[in-house]
Amino acid sequence: MSDRIRCAIVGSGNIGTDLMYKLRRSAVLELGAMIGIDPASEGLARARDLGILTSAGGAEWLLERAADFAIVFEATTARVHRAAAPRYAEAGLKAIDLTPAKVGPNVVPTVNLEVALDNPNVNMITCGGQATTPIVAAVGAVAEVPYAEIVSTVASVSAGPGTRQNIDEFTKTTATALEEVGGARVGKAIMILNPADPPIIMRNTVFCALAEGFDEATVAKAILDIVDQVHGYVPGYRLTSDPVFDAGPFHTPGGTAPARVVALLEVEGAGDYFPAYAGNLDIMTAAATRVGEAMARHMLGSGR
Amino acid sequence: MSAFRLTDSTLRDGSHALAHQFTEEQVRAVVRGLDAAGVPVIEVSHGDGLGGSSFNYGFSHTSELTLLHTAVAEVRHAKIAVLMLPGIGVKEDLAAAAEIGASVARIATHCTEADIAPQHIALAKELGMEAVGFLMMSHMIGPDELLEQAKLMESYGADCVYVVDSAGAMTIDDARRRVATLKTGLGCQVGVHAHNNLSLAVANSMAAYEEGVDQIDGCTTGLGAGAGNCPTEILVAAFEKTGVPTGVDPFAVMDVAEEVVRPLRPLQGVIDRDGLLLGYAGIYGSFLLHAKRAALRFGVDSKDILLELGRRKVVGGQEDMIIDVAVELERRAAEAMAHRTQDR
Repeated sequence: MSDRIRCAIVGSGNIGTDLMYKLRRSAVLELGAMIGIDPASEGLARARDLGILTSAGGAEWLLERAADFAIVFEATTARVHRAAAPRYAEAGLKAIDLTPAKVGPNVVPTVNLEVALDNPNVNMITCGGQATTPIVAAVGAVAEVPYAEIVSTVASVSAGPGTRQNIDEFTKTTATALEEVGGARVGKAIMILNPADPPIIMRNTVFCALAEGFDEATVAKAILDIVDQVHGYVPGYRLTSDPVFDAGPFHTPGGTAPARVVALLEVEGAGDYFPAYAGNLDIMTAAATRVGEAMARHMLGSGR
Repeated sequence: MSAFRLTDSTLRDGSHALAHQFTEEQVRAVVRGLDAAGVPVIEVSHGDGLGGSSFNYGFSHTSELTLLHTAVAEVRHAKIAVLMLPGIGVKEDLAAAAEIGASVARIATHCTEADIAPQHIALAKELGMEAVGFLMMSHMIGPDELLEQAKLMESYGADCVYVVDSAGAMTIDDARRRVATLKTGLGCQVGVHAHNNLSLAVANSMAAYEEGVDQIDGCTTGLGAGAGNCPTEILVAAFEKTGVPTGVDPFAVMDVAEEVVRPLRPLQGVIDRDGLLLGYAGIYGSFLLHAKRAALRFGVDSKDILLELGRRKVVGGQEDMIIDVAVELERRAAEAMAHRTQDR
């Protein structure tokens, strides 16, 4: 299949398994292997059932056959990825990192996809980062944003032990992405876990402080447009209401601002492997797929 | 000599009631009065804990670290405590507070989510602080489930775990059973933090004492989130009258309440319909003032906002949902109006 780029997933847990279903639908990526470390893992069993080549040999297995693959999706842990990243690069494999390892620059499909083309390794930030940075960047493109703040609330059952034990990692990584990718002068992120049963759909609220000179209609349109774009690869991504504008002044850590805009977002998952409430996990795998496809198109040299 | 340890949270939970506008001068006066009255622990932080200054919870008038400096400089006997909610504050905030001189770290999670706190409790111990686990909204789960979560906190190194009635929703029996279960099942100390929505904060704290509780929270005049906290001066008076020593001078703490704290919010202590509703429906107390403001902003009823928040099972920290609910109620009202116009 010369018109598709071969890729592999390393990590057969929840994220890797959900990603598998999304990559199988891609027109430009061919999922050549699903790799784990536990032969009994459910992810590997599901891959075998779908006729995908599997291995429990971890990154070593992939590195021995690196020539057969062009892109690797890392869905293990930060520690595993930090160790593997230089070896992938040496073997000529482009890496899309879904762990918090932060080896490569942050990438968000609707904002800075080009970094995925120029770098051997890119990082997918956090679920909250994928859900909120596009809004901050869109507002920042038409107004000055001295301060951006996001509140990300996910169902308790959708937050695994990795997230729970490293909740500071989530808030700090997301806040940095609001600044570096979103363009806010100062960013802050808050994460809340909600144990309600039935589980709640992922919610994100984005507050952008607005400096003097913004045009309300232009800012509102920028938000609606970017939501449409993200909706293109995460069908359950939507605003629960029109953007809300409030008059200040607001004394934010990025300076005093005369106004703010609030975007209230809901992210329902596609239900590929995770239940639909887990939009937080879905947006990560959907965004990673989008990044992989951009890399593949670039490699194929076509503008499709 | 005291039968339990009192922590006064006027300068932390009370921050909610003042929309986080405490000044250095106010902090100095409150700390001076409480310290002289013999209150052994004084908590100072943004109402939502370290790092709470934000759009979502309200920006602090004066940085909490500045206020902590002020409190540490003023205090002579009492320990200074801070509150921190993982997901809102980060470990660096805790380290900064310890550096300034805070010596008690209270690490708060929703009552079912204790396992987001191990790193923060461990850091508090590393920093040489006393670590307290704070299980918010404890009314939402039963005593046995609460004990499991409390045991997690204890296993991370907590010196004390609190039953926290953030919504002021507990009856006397609710508080008693939870404290008794934790006292039986834990090796560490147990605390109780009551709110007054059902007018039971003092009674619940006294019932907790009968079950052997080691630490009790209050706020002078009850200054705090929602309908307010357990009023420190009333708690002290009631215990002293029962013959239970508090270590606090009842007349001195009455004076602080009346002369220093009361003027900040003269109507504190009045339990209005919204405050009662929070306790009756079991909704997070800190939502109260945000809901009242949203009601004015969007022209809807604060009572309807609070009830809808309860229906959606939001938890502490989800203040952003107040805007979401208010916008939806405004839209529903507009639609109903349009229908009526069409029908005519």
